[in-house]
Parts: sequence; C-alpha cells; structure tokens
Amino acid sequence: MNSAQIEIQLIASLVAIACAIPGTFLVLRKMAMISDAISHSILPGIVIGFFITHDLNSPILILFATLTGVITVVLVERIQKTGLVKEDTAIGLVFPALFSIGVILIAKNANDVHLDVDAVLLGELAFAPFDRLILNGSDMGPKSLWIIGTVLLITIGLLVAFFKELKVSTFDIGLASALGFSPAVLHYGLMSVSSITTVVAFDAVGAILVVALMIAPAATAYLLTNDLKKMLTLAILIGVFSAISGYWLAHWIDASIAGSITTMLGLVFLLVYLFAPMKGLISVIFKERQQRIEVSLLTFLLHLRNHSEIEERHVNHLNEHINWQKVRSKTVLDLALKNNMITIDKEVVSLTEKGDEFTSRAINYIITNEDSQIEGMKDDFFLFRG
Amino acid sequence: MNKIAVKVDDLTVAYNYKPVLWDIDLEIPEGVLMAIVGPNGAGKSTLIKAILGILDPLAGSVEIYGKPYKKQRSLVAYVPQKGSVDWDFPTTAIDVVMMGTYGSLGWIRRPRQKQKKASLEALEKVGMLSFKNRQISQLSGGQQQRIFLARALVQDASIYFMDEPFQGVDATTEVTIINILKELRKQNKTVIVVHHDLQTVPEYFDWVTFLNVKKIATGPVKDIFNDDNLTKTYGINYKVSIQE
Repeated sequence: MNSAQIEIQLIASLVAIACAIPGTFLVLRKMAMISDAISHSILPGIVIGFFITHDLNSPILILFATLTGVITVVLVERIQKTGLVKEDTAIGLVFPALFSIGVILIAKNANDVHLDVDAVLLGELAFAPFDRLILNGSDMGPKSLWIIGTVLLITIGLLVAFFKELKVSTFDIGLASALGFSPAVLHYGLMSVSSITTVVAFDAVGAILVVALMIAPAATAYLLTNDLKKMLTLAILIGVFSAISGYWLAHWIDASIAGSITTMLGLVFLLVYLFAPMKGLISVIFKERQQRIEVSLLTFLLHLRNHSEIEERHVNHLNEHINWQKVRSKTVLDLALKNNMITIDKEVVSLTEKGDEFTSRAINYIITNEDSQIEGMKDDFFLFRG
Repeated sequence: MNKIAVKVDDLTVAYNYKPVLWDIDLEIPEGVLMAIVGPNGAGKSTLIKAILGILDPLAGSVEIYGKPYKKQRSLVAYVPQKGSVDWDFPTTAIDVVMMGTYGSLGWIRRPRQKQKKASLEALEKVGMLSFKNRQISQLSGGQQQRIFLARALVQDASIYFMDEPFQGVDATTEVTIINILKELRKQNKTVIVVHHDLQTVPEYFDWVTFLNVKKIATGPVKDIFNDDNLTKTYGINYKVSIQE
C-alpha cells in the first residue's frame, strides 16, 4: 500500500464513523428520509459557498451548506405542520426544489467555475489526497482528512456529552420534554450535526451516497442488537468495514470507490437481514415454524388428556380426530415421543406422567396468564419461547 | 382544606387553531387521587400535556404549588400513554426506569450507582425486578406499563400524572397499579389519572374531574360522581350503577 491508498482508506473510514453516529439516531427516530433530503438540498449552499470562496474545503462553504441543510428541515416541518400534506410528501416537495436550484446554478456558471454535477453527486475519493494542507511549508496530509477529523471529533464530543439526553428524547419525547430536556434543542442539534457531516462527507463520497453511509450501517446494526450503545458501536464497525472493503473492491474491479463502498454496505445489510440470530429473516421463519409445531403438540396432548377411549387414541385415527394431515401428525408424534411425553403401546397413544404435567402447566399458563408460570416453563421447555 | 397542589387558570389549548380545551379552571388539592374522565377527544391527555409544558397553551397558566411548572419540574412525575413510544427501541427495562432519574441529574451528568440502586428498587415495587435486563419489546403490555410506573416512582415526586395506566393491562398489572396508587396516597402524594373505566372510579379514586373540551365538574367522588354529571359529560343519558 502506498501512502495515498492509506490516506483514502483513512478518509473513507472517518466519513463512515462520522455518518454512522447521527445515522443511528435518525434511524431510531424514523427520520431516515430526512438525511436524503439534507444530502440533496445542501447543493445550493455548496454552490453559493463555492462562488464566494472558490475553495471546496473552505469553512464558509461548509457553514453555508450546513445552514441550507437545517433550512431544509425547517421547511419540511413548516409544510408538514399545515396539516395539508404528510411528512414524506413535504420532504419530496422541499429537497428537489432546493437541489434543482443548485443544479441550475452550476450549469449557468459551469464555464468559469470548476465544479460539476457529477462530482457533487458521486464525489471522488480518489482525488482527496491531491488537495493537501500545507502549514509553514510542511505537508500535513490531505485537507479533507483534517476537516472530516475535526467534524468527527465534534460529533463524538457531542455524543458523549448528550448521550443520555439524545436517548430519552428519541425514546420518549413527552418524558424528555416534561423533564426539561428541550426536544427542539436536541432535534435541531442532531439536524445540524447531520447537515455538517453530510457537507464534509459529500466531498468524499458525493451527495447521494452519503445517505447510504448514514442509514445502512445503523439499519444493519439495529437488526443485530437490543442495546443503544452496542448499536452505535456496531454501526461504526459496519461503516468502517464497508469503507475499507469497498475501497479494495473498487481497486480490484477498477470502479468508483464511493459506488463500491455503497455496494458493500448493501451486501452487509443483506447478509445480516437474512442471517441475523434474532431478527433475521431465516431465524424468524424458523421460529414461526417451531411455534406452529409446538402449538400443534400442545393441541395433541390436550386431545389425549381429554379422551380416555381407545379409538380416540389410536395412531391411525389421530389424523381424523384432530383433523391434521399425515405429515403433521407424524412430526408431532415424533416430537412428543422424543420428549418422553407419550408412549405408544400397540398403536394406542397414552400420555406419560411428564406429558400430563406439562399439559397441566401449559393450560394453567394459558388460563392465568401469569408471568411466573411461563418463566419456569421457558427454562425446561421450548414452548412459548420468544 | 388542604394545600392546592395544581392550579390551572383559564387554560385554552388548540391544535391548528381548533380549541381542544376551552377555558379550563381547575384546583387540585394536595393528597387526592383524582381521575379525569370524559369521552374520546375530550382533551384529557391534552390537559395533562399542557400542565406539563409538553404542549404550548393558547392562553392561560398553570401553577404547581404556587409556581410555574418550569420551576417545579422535580416535584412532578409523568407516566405517558404506553402507546406513545416505540417499544422496539434498543434498550432494557432497567434503562427505561433509569430515565426517570435524568430529570434530577440535569443536562450532561450521567446516572451512577445511586440512580441505578433507586431504579432497581422501583422495579422491585412493581414486581419487575427479575425482568431488569429484558429487552423492552419482549415484555407484555402490562409489564411495559409497570416499567413506565417504575420510571415515575424513581422520580420520587410529589405529584404524579398518569395517562391511561389501566389501558389494556392484565389483572396482575391492574392490582400492582392500584396498590401503588394507595401507597402514594398514604404518603400524601397527589395523583392525577386519565381514566376510561367509569365503573371503577368510585372504587379507585376519591376525587374526579369531568372533562369534555370544557370542564364539567370537579370535586370529591362521593359528591359529584352522579348520573347528572355523567350525562352532561358524555352527552347521552348516561347511567352507571354505583355499588354501595
């Protein structure tokens, strides 16, 4: 690896971390689409800032663009508050308007300004190492590394200081307000951080792909954990992993770095969506199947208990009596046998002591709905789990 | 007569300039267990939210022990409607209860051992100690309600506002809530509960407010909980049989 490659991966990783932090809260607040709106509507801010400063890394440009991001949020809320349109419609009205103003501004001035729509939309990480910070004649590394590093430090500082406030206002806005933690201050704080992160990240990954870095790691982490701190950590790790693996994917297939990073984010999400231990698709399907069998088992045991007549308990007649298909009866019979809940003597099924006790407890739970009952059952049997 | 815990003056609240609460005057004496009753859309939750400063009123004022709510936050605990939050939020029972301590901590300061201990005690009071590390989405509706109750208890307030705590809960939870209400009354705390089940009002509460956009009546249950006020509040000829 040469130093430019290391620098690019470092920048991509810092961008990923800076995006994952506000992204986690956006996902939990069901505001993922707001990041899409911000990422587009900062364009006029960037363009105007660029006309003034002629420097994509100028703090004034960052300030202008961040302001446009916050204005977007305010506009969306204003339109939504009229009660005439819903939030998603309001978002759909605001950001294309602002974005198109930016596009027109670029097009009208394309001759004398070195800024084109492609660069804004997709970014170009590969060029980041060329724009260097020179202090007193010595090379301090790429400018964007310093800018993103600064924003990241601020973000982490705010997160550590206001973690508890962000948590309570995200979970229960009414309580936050009653306790005196102004939800409005926290909301606009989060929106400002999201905007400034989007602005500094756009240079590296482009205005559109920054959305992927904000939302995908958080959405993936959400499927893996039930703890906010772990969700933040996982989102950061997933972001960094996708940034670095995406870089090497781009290197390998000779494609856009930003595009490859986003592809990796999508792939990671897909894998987790399928295979996550608790909330993954496969796990959910498996659990549902299991539950169906378990409920069938209980129905079967109940039937046995309620009928002492031999003909009602004959293996071949069970299908008819509880109206099941052969396959299902077989599965349930096998399961009950395996757990020593029944015995089969000359094709006639009887409950064992264990089966009888289990049935009583299960019925007792269903009737009383008492938690202590189910807690005990969960330990030694699989029914009612999850 | 006891001290006045909560005083509401000429309170009007509007959504998009349509009044949902109209000129409410209300004095709640210290130490009462008060139910707020009224039909759907009567503004019961809105009244609580306006008192707690969650909603901005169009007009009027609220005093908690003679001072504005903002200066008396530490005296007040709030149990929102269970359905007002997303129970899929990645957090545990103990963590939700601990949120009740955030108010006394103020900005930036983190909960420590003392807050954790208080939260565990509150969980024990509502019979949920064994669920302390359970993810909140894996709790039943009644258990979630008890977590909210524990969160209010940990605030150790003088006045408790509860928004429909009995809504859709199991028998165990209902008994727990009632016992805690009684316990709070013993400690001379004031409890204000938005309540739906008219049958249980005389049994659970000693004070009642009838509300339907306007205030219909407020006072001791034994004096004003009658068919006349019920009919005025609910519009139709309302009859409840009150067991003696």
